[in-house]
Order: sequence, then structure tokens, then C-alpha cells
Amino acid sequence: MSDLHTITGNQGLQIEEPLIFEQDTPGKCGVDLPDVPEVKTRLGGLAREGKIGLPGMTEPDTVRHYMRLSQKNYAIDTGFYPLGSCTMKHNPRLNEKMARLGGLADLHPLQPNSTVQGALELIDQCAHWLKELTGMPAVAMSPAAGAHGELCGLMAARAAHEAKGNPRKIVLCPESAHGTNPATAAACGYKVESIPATSDGRVDLDALKAALNEDVAAIMLTNPNTCGLFERDIVEIAEAVHAVGAYFYCDGANFNAIMGRVRPGDLGIDCMHINLHKTFSTPHGGGGPGSGPVVLSAALAPYAPVPYVVDTGDGFKLVEHKADSDQDPFGRIKGFHGQMGMFIRSLSYMMSHGSDGLRQASGDAVLNANYLKAKLQDMLTVSFPDGPCMHEVLFDDRFLKDTGVTTLDFAKMMIDEGVHPMTMYFPLVVHGALLMEPTETENKATLDKFIHMIREMTQKAKDGAAESFKSAPMLTPRRRLDETKAARSPVLKWTEAAE
Amino acid sequence: MRYLPLSDGDRKEMLETIGVSSIDDLYCDVPADVLLDSHVQTLPTVRGELEVERAISAMAKKNTGCNSAPSFLGAGLYHHHVPATVDYMIQRGEFLTSYTPYQPEVSQGTLQYLFEFQTQVAMLTGMDVANASMYDGATGCAEAVLMANRVTKRNKAILSGGLHPHYRDVTRTHAHFNDFEVVSAEPDVDNVEDLIDLIDDATSCVVVQTPSFFGHLNDYTKLAEACHAKKALLVVVFTEVLSLGALKTPGEMGADIVVGEGQSVGNALNFGGPTVGLFAVRQKYLRQMPGRVCGETVDADGRRGWVLTLSTREQHIRREKATSNICTNSGLCALAFNIHMTLLGEEGLTKLSALNHARACQVADKLDTLDGVEVLNETFFNEFTVRLSKSATEVIDQLAERGVLGGVPVRRLYQDRPELDNLLLVAVTETTTDEDIDALMAGLTEVLS
Repeated sequence: MSDLHTITGNQGLQIEEPLIFEQDTPGKCGVDLPDVPEVKTRLGGLAREGKIGLPGMTEPDTVRHYMRLSQKNYAIDTGFYPLGSCTMKHNPRLNEKMARLGGLADLHPLQPNSTVQGALELIDQCAHWLKELTGMPAVAMSPAAGAHGELCGLMAARAAHEAKGNPRKIVLCPESAHGTNPATAAACGYKVESIPATSDGRVDLDALKAALNEDVAAIMLTNPNTCGLFERDIVEIAEAVHAVGAYFYCDGANFNAIMGRVRPGDLGIDCMHINLHKTFSTPHGGGGPGSGPVVLSAALAPYAPVPYVVDTGDGFKLVEHKADSDQDPFGRIKGFHGQMGMFIRSLSYMMSHGSDGLRQASGDAVLNANYLKAKLQDMLTVSFPDGPCMHEVLFDDRFLKDTGVTTLDFAKMMIDEGVHPMTMYFPLVVHGALLMEPTETENKATLDKFIHMIREMTQKAKDGAAESFKSAPMLTPRRRLDETKAARSPVLKWTEAAE
Repeated sequence: MRYLPLSDGDRKEMLETIGVSSIDDLYCDVPADVLLDSHVQTLPTVRGELEVERAISAMAKKNTGCNSAPSFLGAGLYHHHVPATVDYMIQRGEFLTSYTPYQPEVSQGTLQYLFEFQTQVAMLTGMDVANASMYDGATGCAEAVLMANRVTKRNKAILSGGLHPHYRDVTRTHAHFNDFEVVSAEPDVDNVEDLIDLIDDATSCVVVQTPSFFGHLNDYTKLAEACHAKKALLVVVFTEVLSLGALKTPGEMGADIVVGEGQSVGNALNFGGPTVGLFAVRQKYLRQMPGRVCGETVDADGRRGWVLTLSTREQHIRREKATSNICTNSGLCALAFNIHMTLLGEEGLTKLSALNHARACQVADKLDTLDGVEVLNETFFNEFTVRLSKSATEVIDQLAERGVLGGVPVRRLYQDRPELDNLLLVAVTETTTDEDIDALMAGLTEVLS
């Protein structure tokens, strides 16, 4: 808003806020600590000599600093956040309350088992829900995030191959796969081969079959896929994969579309990670922490990593070491026992919905996405118009042809309209992708307002308003940021000299 | 269901707009024989908030938390006091319920705190640059070794016997599946190891921990020089970030990568997760660093702002050639760290660190007076190793029966080492009261007699 100058640089509720390093008054501190007792120190001559340089603030200044920062963020709590493949659903506050209970938040992971029976029971219950919902016999709870779950699942697959004497060489990924899939395969020592898509946005079954041979260790497939479509041939794909002795990894990022309606175990899947921060509503927290438990088929269950919880019938036991396992765990992938704080939140979410509520949630998510599709398909270009979509709908930028407006411009204009943009330019299989995922926690009025806004914006673009799109956003704390400059000469920390 | 805002009327109207008669019709691409015709019958149905709260509270009540018993547990995570401001602030919906800051114009709050966090981590470690956090210390350690392998184009990591066994095990798992070699030194109970002779022309890095798993402090300057002479990197790990408030930094010692656990500042124990991994490197290795990074830039009006940057290292651009498959950081835990560290500042951190150390010294001196207890450390920060006259696991279980969480038996993490059976790790923090110490002393006296 270069034409609206104020003396302070502030604009009403948008208050300019310097870095903590620029507000420091030496000696400021926001905690009161008791005096340090006189002792003979044991630091062995390694005591720090110089200053660290850390700024401090009193409590009132600290609260104001972070409050002002918070007001520069858009969040689910603020408004509609149709970020495709990210499942930005409401985060119930009960979950936060439960995760902070005494006896849960203040548990140390290495306490004697006798003092943490309730915690182990809770992990076991969370695991039970996940197994029942997916129809899979086992679940590895420790992965810290979705991509970490992918790593865990693929490691289990590789361990199973190794047990048979040959780890194999290749992992197949569809073109539309999320970037973590090929990156994970590479991290497990596999070569990645790409499988093309058909014109209806699904995996090309013939191409897949042609690529399958005894060198293929696994296929990594997202279902519903990143185009928001259910892979109709999934059972046949699983059979073909198993016929060459390979394993079927399913990326469960989109499980929100099918929970309570389709069980991956019935589809022939061998492993699937579940993003608890998507489907099961644990907060995204500005980019984590996540949690990515991996459900496993009977073929891969023996290789699940340590630790895991066992219900002995006479209390719960934590198996932390390979040598204590009657299975064949491939090792450990995370410190301690996984993201307990997220298990609590997810369990709270699942218990609240109940099995019936979860089925209604997935149905409503799919209903909302198809409603957007139905109401926008004449104005925007749906990439795969035939048949219903799942929980998200994919548009491409053909509708913007000759307007001079790009997907990016369109997204930036949405920001000025008070809506968080959809996912842009992903998946890569269509040009200028706009991937919209409304989730089940949006009401119809929100969707109708959004639909109206998108239609009006599209009309504006077609009417030759490219310049206004190019200059958007105008109303945000910052306008478009120069990403090239940031990458070319990276400034990743504050320094006095730079000021 | 209280979280689902569509009414039956809405659903009916929307289905008509779509042109189908039921939600089930929208699942027509699912093979009919695998489509469930009703909800999963083996799970309970919808419950109100009160019922859920009761069910989860009942499980919580079966546990003994560190806030309700004298606790001396450490070994990688530590029980500290977190100011009320921290937990209030991270529950602001704008922080809690936003996504990764892909749209920087509406994410400057997240980006600015990540920039502040990165600066704090760089300052604390004495390094040039830090990333926006990792899942935890253990996974960060494995990523540090992978990074060293990329930088040196070598394939062998040497792990100190003072490294936390979980960090070692996670690194070994990656080594197995990613085909590189890991040499793990023997558990260094007495702080006698010398890794310099093990470094050769195939070594990508040496990984050491300070304070070590057994609590010892070391100056790694000579080891850094030896690494650099062989063109290998020195990775310095820490599990107690508060130690950096009292000690010479790893950066000053010549570390190339510093990685550790940040839980102690701002974050609860959470039974082990989520926590926050800290990761800092020398500027020259920046482009091989894994994880998300926030950088400064300007907006269209020339005003300072922040964006996620250097994404050409990352999986969404590079796919199988990415530096790591990591897609997230531990954002909210990094925010908690950032806020708590801001409250502390230089003065508060220095005092808090000194307080932890002084309390630990007091406890060590007291324990040393007990029959059947021998403190093994000459140096330590807030955690040390004691040798008991009997199995530490048995002692800890008996202390638990007396309502004292007395520490972590070394065998809990070194299950395959019966010779370490009598060793106990004892951690002391600012939360430890005189009454806690008395309870531990009385319990040990009873159990060991």
C-alpha cells in the first residue's frame, strides 16, 4: 500500500515489528530466577568466556512482540484455507487441552514402565484406531512426519527384500507423485523410475506393468492421488506389483478422502503412512511438528522399527531394542518413542468423531470438493472433468489463457480477498495447477462466498485486469517478496553489520 | 458431530447441485467390493467433549509425571520449567493453525520467528548459519552425517562412544539403507577415548557429543584440527542445549556441523516427542544443509521481509536428487524455543545454565557421600554418571515404588552391555528442590543398604 503512508509505518492493526535483536536493551530479562548457589564448578576449564549476543525482553514486551507477529499470519482459525494436499481442517481445542494434561505432557520417555502404563495404553489405543481404520495388522508409530513415515515404510520394504536375499534396485513413482516420494526412494538406496499418467489423471496401468520386473523393489503411489482422483485400477495394480514380488507403498497424504469408507488393507497395500497433522487434525504449527505413523501389512509387519508397545494382557510393555523383539525390526529411526503429543491429539480427535463421525467427515470432505467443482467448472478449467473428484479438485491454467494472468497472480489476488490460496503448480502433471481442498470443516456459506469470489476474479481476469493481478497482494503486511534475491545472496540470520 | 458444519439440508442441496443422489455416489471410482457400506463397526461411535476428556484423563492418571514426583531423568531430554507466556503464545491460532509459510505475504509472523530462531541457534552454537529446525536431535544427527558424506564425497562416519545411543542407532539405520559405513566407538564411560587415530582418508566425519552421553565435557579443538588435516568434518552433538549457556561453543572448537536437541528451552517432555532438532553449519557448507531455511529479502515496495529460501536443495524441486527427503520442520516447537530464549536473553540463559550446573554439583557432592554410590565424572554440566553397588535398573524400579524418579539406568539404552548394569545417569535442573534431593538420598540409602 505505497499510497497510504503513516508516520509510524503501521497500518491500523498491522503493526511494524522489529526483530528481537533490534529491540534489545542490555540486561533485560523476562524470567526471575533464584540466586545461583556458590559451588566449585566442574566445567573443566571449558566455561564460556565471551558473550553470546542474545537479546532479552521482559514479559510484557515479549507478549507484544509475538502477538504482533501472530497478526501477520493467515491461519485456519482466520479463514478458508483450501491448500490442496495439505488438509487444512479445523484443529479442535480439546486436543490441545488433552496433550497438556499432567501425567502426559510431563512424562519423561525413559521413566520406568510401571510409571507410564497410561501413556503406553494411549499409544496402543491410537494404534488400534489406525489399524482398524486402515484394515492393516500393524503400525509403526515412531515416524516424526509424513516424509519420515515414507522413509520408515520403504525401509521396512527394503528390509523384507534383504531378508529374502536381494534388496532389489528400483522404486517406481508416478509422474504426479509428491517430491518426497522419489527423495525417499533415493534415501533408501533405490533408483527411481517414473510412471506416466493416462489422460484421465490416473496411473497408466499398461506402462506400470511394462516397468514391473524382478528388479523393482516397490511402487510408491498416492491414493487418492495428487490429482484428487481415486486410482480405479488400484487392486489390479497391487496384484501386478505383488506378482513380481515387489511391495506396494501407498502415500496416505490423502487418507482424509476415504477414512471410514475404504480400508487400504483391502486394496492390497503393504505400507502407508498417515499424516496425523492432516487427516487427524493435529495442528500444522506453521510447518510442524507432524507425525507419520505407518500401517503395515502382514508381509512387512515383522520389520517395523523399534520402539513399539505390546499389550501383554498384564500391562503394557515397550520394546526398545532389537534384541528384545521376537520380530525382526529394521532398527530405529527416531529418538525415544515418536510424537506422543500428536498421538494424544489424534486419539482425542478420533474418539470425538467416533467411527461414524469419521465416515461422515470423509464424505463431507468429498462432498465439499465436488461442490466447488460443480460450481466452478464452467468458469475454470477442471483438469480431469470426468467423474467425481475425491477430497480435492484440480484445475489448470487454461482458463487464464490470453489473460496475461498466471496461476501465481491469481493466487496473490486471492490473498487480498482474504482467502488463503490453493496449492499452486502442484501436481506437475498439469500446467499451472490450482489444487483446491476445502475439507469437511467448512460450511456451505463459506464455500458459496468463495465460489462467488473465484468467479468474479476469473471474470476480472478475462476482462483484461492483468495489471491489478500482477500488483497483488496490496493489502498484506508485505507485498510480493523477492525470492530470487533471497536465494542469490542468502541472509539467514541477523547481524549487526547488516543493519 | 460438533466439528462438522454441514447440515443435512446443506448436503441435500449440494448433492443436487453436483447431480448425484448421495455421498456414496461420489465414491463410484472405488471398486464396489472394497467400498464399506457403513462405518467401521469395531470402533466406538461419536462422543461428547466431556466423555473424551474423561477417557484420556483416566489414562493420564495412571502415570506419574515429572511435575508430581522428584525427577532426576535426563539422557537426552530434560525436565525444565517453561514460562506460561510460551505456551500461551504458541496456542495463538495464527501460529498454531497455519501451514508452512508458502505464501510469504500472509506468513511474515512465522517467517520472522524462524529468522529469529535461526539467529539464536547460530549464536548459541557459535556457527555461521542454522536451519529452521529438524524433527529432533537424533534424526538431525543422522542428517548431519549424510550431509558430511555429501560434502566430503566420502562414506565413513566415526561415532564417539559418548554419543547418545539413539542418535547412534538412527544414524546406523540410515547407514544400512543408504550404504555408508559407521564405526561406533565403545561406550566411553570414563571419558578416555581418543578418536584421532581412527580418522583416515575415507572418513567423512567424526561425531562427538558435549556434554557426552555420560555427562563429560571435552574440548574438541584438537580433534577438529585432526579432522581437517584429513579433510574430514567434525560434527558436534548436544542433547542439553542449556549447556551452551555455560560452555565454550562447538563453533569455537572448530566444529563444521553442530546438531542437537532443543527441547530444554520452551518445550515439555511430551514422553519424548514432539521436540525440536537444532542444526547449524559453516557458511561454506550452506548449500548442502538439509531442511527448511528462512532468508531475508525485500518486497515489491522495498520493505524488509522474509521467505523460505534455498529450496533448490529440497525435494519438491530436486525430487530424487534432493539433499534430504524432509518436507517440514518442527515449527511450533521452534517457536516455543524462540519465545523462551527471548524471555531468557543473555542474562537469563547464563543464570539458568549456572543454576543447573550449581544444583547438579550440589547433588553430585551429596550422592558421593552415600555408601554404594560413586560419581564417575570429573567434569559435567547438569548430568553425570554414578556407579551403584547394585543393578541400576533394580534400584530405579525400587525408587519408583517410593515415588522417586531417580534417573536413567545406562542399560536402558545399552541393553547389550551387562557390564554397565550398575551405572545410573542423574540429571539435575532448576526444577530440582531440596526436598527432591532429600527424597533421592533417603530412597537410595534405603534401597542400597
